[in-house]
Amino acid sequence: MSETTPIITAREMGVVGCRRCTQVWPQGTEICGRCGKRLQLRDHKSLQRVWAWWSVGMLCYIPANMYPMLSTRTLFTVQQDTIVGGAIELFTHGAPFVAMIILFASVVIPLGKFFAIAYLAISVQRRSAASFGQRHLLYEVVEYIGRWSMIDIFVVAILSSLVQLRSLAAIDPGPASLFFALSVIFTMLSAQSFDSRMIWDMQSRDKGEASRGH
Amino acid sequence: MTDRLPPRPLPDLIVCPQCDATYKLARPGHGQRAVCARCHTVLIMPHSKAGIQIIAVSVAIVVLVIAATVFPFLTIKVAGTQNSVSILDAALAFSDGPLIALSLSTAALIIFIPLLRVLLALYVLIPVVLDRMPAKGSRRAFRLSEALRPWSMAEIFAIGCAVALVKITDLADVTFGPAFWMFAILVVLVVAQDNFMCRWTVWKSLDGLRKSEPRK
Ligand SMILES: [Zn+2]
Ligand SMILES: [Zn+2]
Repeated sequence: MSETTPIITAREMGVVGCRRCTQVWPQGTEICGRCGKRLQLRDHKSLQRVWAWWSVGMLCYIPANMYPMLSTRTLFTVQQDTIVGGAIELFTHGAPFVAMIILFASVVIPLGKFFAIAYLAISVQRRSAASFGQRHLLYEVVEYIGRWSMIDIFVVAILSSLVQLRSLAAIDPGPASLFFALSVIFTMLSAQSFDSRMIWDMQSRDKGEASRGH
Repeated sequence: MTDRLPPRPLPDLIVCPQCDATYKLARPGHGQRAVCARCHTVLIMPHSKAGIQIIAVSVAIVVLVIAATVFPFLTIKVAGTQNSVSILDAALAFSDGPLIALSLSTAALIIFIPLLRVLLALYVLIPVVLDRMPAKGSRRAFRLSEALRPWSMAEIFAIGCAVALVKITDLADVTFGPAFWMFAILVVLVVAQDNFMCRWTVWKSLDGLRKSEPRK
């Protein structure tokens, strides 16, 4: 990262910035006078909330993969598909591209998100091999991409409302849909609880140590 | 309790909300952006005439949401039997037992939250663009609109539609109703409206409120 002038943080300057409207206040101000948000130099409860939502999200993700997501009833058969089972089905029935989308949105993104949030939460407390910029990028990707896991829920919603052809064929949602939606919501809350300013705190500390050393 | 002076804001500074880097505030010109040098978060990105454009787009979104919700969205035909659904039907597909909670949240995520956010934006921005005093409760309205941002999922639903269609094309004939096209335009507008709005500029314009509406 190219930095021409050294970065000074609000904490070092004795001010605190509002995280919602970016208005700057003297340290010690409790509530932002512009938008009403509580001002915190660092959100110390942040990690606790991150881990709490993370665990509930993880707990919901397990049944989301065990129970059927969809049950498809045709004239003679009833077929129940889990998330992965449905994707494999699609793959073998000549829609590999869609199968990839489903697998990506419902398996790769959620699992990747669990790992990424855990990594970020652990890395702010100890030194990490990844640079600050890389970790911040990871955080932004997690924040942005998390919502997209809802695709599978919407697919289930569309299919099960559309394919209701009395005796001919019907698609109904399975219990996994509820667990999966909850898991997505909880991991979104977990990522939102993370105070990304903590990623950069180690940099300020390093800088401080370096300047003291000389 | 002693009568302390209320804290004074420091208007010459701006702090990056994502990484806490502090900068001397330099307002970029129209069409330019102020970006955090450390984490590359966009801090300010004013557009000329953004207000009017956002309002126009917002009105269009409101009309489209209502229309897209009511008209048939998709129709499926198999061997003479057919079924048409609206977006609301799709949202309310999870109807039995505990899944009803999922129905309500789906409806909220794809219809009501996007709609509410647009209405809130209109409420906040119309007085600002007309150079009037911001409407009462503007700051609370904008706050709510910002808090709801990650929960507005119309564009994700649109991709979900595409996936669902591919899943059933070999099972049945699917035809698009008028709502489908409305929804497609809607998604583009929602995303455009969101990327066009400079939060910093909006908050700045709500600043004038402080004198007329004392806090607490
Ligand atoms: Zn604020
Ligand atoms: Zn930054």
